[in-house]
Amino acid sequence: MPQEHIEEYLEAIYDIAGKDGTAKTTEIAEHLHNAPASVTEVFQRMERNGLVHYESHKGASLTKKGFKIVMKLKRKHRLLEVFLARFLHLSEEKIHDQACKMEHTISDETEIALCKSLGGPTECPHGSPIPPCNLDVKNCEECLAKQTITLEKREKEIVTITSLKPGQKAKIVFIRGGRGAIQRLCDLGLTNGTVVSIVRSAPLKGPLEICVRGCKLVIGRGIADKIFVQIEGS
Amino acid sequence: MKIDLVLALAGNANVGKSSIFNQLTGLGQVIGNWPGKTVEKAEGMLVHHGKNIKIIDLPGIYSLSTYSQEEIVSRDFIALEHPDVVINVVDATALERNLFFTLQLLEMEAPLVVSLNLVDVAKKKGLEIDNKKLQELLGVPVVSTVATKGIGVHDIVDESLALVGKTPSSFQTKIRYGAEIEKRIEKLENLLSNIDIGYPKRWTSIKLLEDDSEIVKLVDKQHPDIVIAAKILSEEISHIHKEPCSAVIASERYAVAVRIVNEVQTAIQPAKPSIGEQLDAISMHSAGGYLLMFAIMLSILMFISFFGGWIAEAIHNLFEGFNPHMVGFWPDLAWNGAMIGFYAALSVALGFILPFYLILGVLEDSGYLPKIAYLMDKPCHAIGLHGKACMPFLLAFGCNVPACVGCRIMETKRDRFIAIFLSTLVPCSARTAVILGLVGAFVGVQWAIALYIIDFLLILIIGKILNRYLPGMSVGIIMEMPPYRTPSGKVVIKQAWNRFKPFVITAIPLIVGGSIVIETLRITNVLSVISDALSPVTVVWLGLPAFTGFLFIFGILRKEASLVLLTTAAGTLDIRSVMSPVQMIVFALVIMIYIPCVATIAAMVREIGWKRAVYITMFEIGLAVFIGGIAFRLLNVFM
Repeated sequence: MPQEHIEEYLEAIYDIAGKDGTAKTTEIAEHLHNAPASVTEVFQRMERNGLVHYESHKGASLTKKGFKIVMKLKRKHRLLEVFLARFLHLSEEKIHDQACKMEHTISDETEIALCKSLGGPTECPHGSPIPPCNLDVKNCEECLAKQTITLEKREKEIVTITSLKPGQKAKIVFIRGGRGAIQRLCDLGLTNGTVVSIVRSAPLKGPLEICVRGCKLVIGRGIADKIFVQIEGS
Repeated sequence: MKIDLVLALAGNANVGKSSIFNQLTGLGQVIGNWPGKTVEKAEGMLVHHGKNIKIIDLPGIYSLSTYSQEEIVSRDFIALEHPDVVINVVDATALERNLFFTLQLLEMEAPLVVSLNLVDVAKKKGLEIDNKKLQELLGVPVVSTVATKGIGVHDIVDESLALVGKTPSSFQTKIRYGAEIEKRIEKLENLLSNIDIGYPKRWTSIKLLEDDSEIVKLVDKQHPDIVIAAKILSEEISHIHKEPCSAVIASERYAVAVRIVNEVQTAIQPAKPSIGEQLDAISMHSAGGYLLMFAIMLSILMFISFFGGWIAEAIHNLFEGFNPHMVGFWPDLAWNGAMIGFYAALSVALGFILPFYLILGVLEDSGYLPKIAYLMDKPCHAIGLHGKACMPFLLAFGCNVPACVGCRIMETKRDRFIAIFLSTLVPCSARTAVILGLVGAFVGVQWAIALYIIDFLLILIIGKILNRYLPGMSVGIIMEMPPYRTPSGKVVIKQAWNRFKPFVITAIPLIVGGSIVIETLRITNVLSVISDALSPVTVVWLGLPAFTGFLFIFGILRKEASLVLLTTAAGTLDIRSVMSPVQMIVFALVIMIYIPCVATIAAMVREIGWKRAVYITMFEIGLAVFIGGIAFRLLNVFM
């Protein structure tokens, strides 16, 4: 089975899955225009490869490995959308389908070069966030300033500060965004390597109250989405 | 008067600079428990041991690389006006972050005295700070203070006086950063050795490495080669740390701050969450927090409505007891003009405005305002702002003037414009007096609340339109969240009095004077001539009695005056006999939005310029007339 096919299955699970992260076999079959029996077969094969957890009658959910692949694809997809809209001036309805096809074929190096030439965008033209790269950099400025493309990877997984649970501690490793915002966050003590924790967050994607250096700060969701952390002890 | 010494108070937001200022000068700078109260620098005098000392209170600032407008005021003052001594007020409960700024002041080689404030609160949190050790590590005098109680504030002045006359070189700091940075600072210092740009060399070198736009510009004019050298050096640092140099230096400063805190501070973690944290859990709860907020707002409104009505009646009965009931031109003028004007103004003042300021003071001093900013951040996005805007909005419920100035805490020009525009639509205490004193008292509280709801809807709609059509985007909230504290009765009363005083001094004489003028015009029938001229709008379109025309003109000066003068112009105290409920509602509605008062217009001109102030004013007049006319026609169908 070609890699592209597997990737489409992974993405379908991610897009369709309910709150518990599980996508039903019938739903996937409908989405990909396949017979349920063959979907089950693919799920079983993917489970053997460690990409999904599969339970008959319930469906499939992504493993960490599978999730990582989906994030990478989403990143490529949304970067391509920005490129197609901004440089090739394709209309917004067309870019999605085009990017869907291209995302499976571009290399990681192309992905990074694309990100750099676009100035490190944070959102696709439809407003969805672009997942961060896993390069070993502390912010986008550093990467953009470099002439060459380096492919040093981060060893540990990073998540945005918004995905922390209240009370959970994490270390800041990467801040996305312009100089002004980074400077302000630094001034308030949110420098790289600082341990932060979430106190609470307001409903409906409201702001977060965080605890840093013994002080409490409120930061808007838009800013918090650009602060990436590494969970302590992970 | 000869000034012997200038002392400037500088430090992070909400650490007690203004409290120290008030203690030293005896003045009434606004204080409260929320970041961003002080947006302008204030000056006051102190005579200490026979010396005339000028004290400057600066807005809160987190760093010398500035972010919002009020912070530039502070940076420019410290950097360019060279005060004799800078008093760095430091919050003992958040030492690490506060020292970050102290380190920058040390780099500037300013004569420095550190006021370690809030030591009482720190002690309660289980934090002990070794004052002597801190003094030794920083190399500057450190004084422990409790500003709200005046403890230690005069020791700061003594320490400052001791610094005067010392050689500038004695203020050079011994604090050093990582070797790879120090090496490059030194290189730049050598390049700068024969050049004088008015700033200390070490500080200039650091600022060049940080790529601070103003310093780079300054040096670039005379020595572009040094700027290029600095760029190369800063890139070397970025390369080592994989971060922009300014972020590396910030990290280094924090590392030094952490080291100092570890040496001077012992912390005992309290076993159970403090009362403040428990209150946070309730007042910032995803559902309960909002319920509590609405309950507080509604109960303030209800309370002031009933209290104001009660006071008005009590004062009326008291004064009418002395009514001589004489007839004739002069007795009419004296009683209906002067006396009624006076006591009606008094009842508005004591019934509505003073209690509102007292309640606002409690909210401010307890630290509830930032919680509202947190809760309302998301809803504020709908009108193109972020949660911080709620703090000037709440001030606007008292008076629109400080709210317009307070909007300086908004970071971008666009946000400030929207915030100022919307602030002028917030019903201030004067408008509250009209709404509650007229509609609340004579038609029903539910109708008064309906007027508030209409006003909030207007703010929402106008905000949405502005957000849609003004270019740019809001930057998002980054704000410190201060802990709750028990409001101090003394502070609340003093603050309310300071805000209330201008009302007593300017508004009451103005209203009494206006009342006499109107009574004269009424007796001589000139009033009807003026009112008739405005009747196409007032009578035909808005459906109001003709005599209200003059009140709208007078209301431009003071909105509450329109309520007081209504009784004079109507010639009776029982407004129900001359106005129908619909007319009262329409009158209050138009007064509520038709124009910002003169003082607010003046504040707008100062903040955003003539042109924009005129636009806003004209827009609001048009809007009020339009909505008033529609309301009149709609209400007549239902009532």
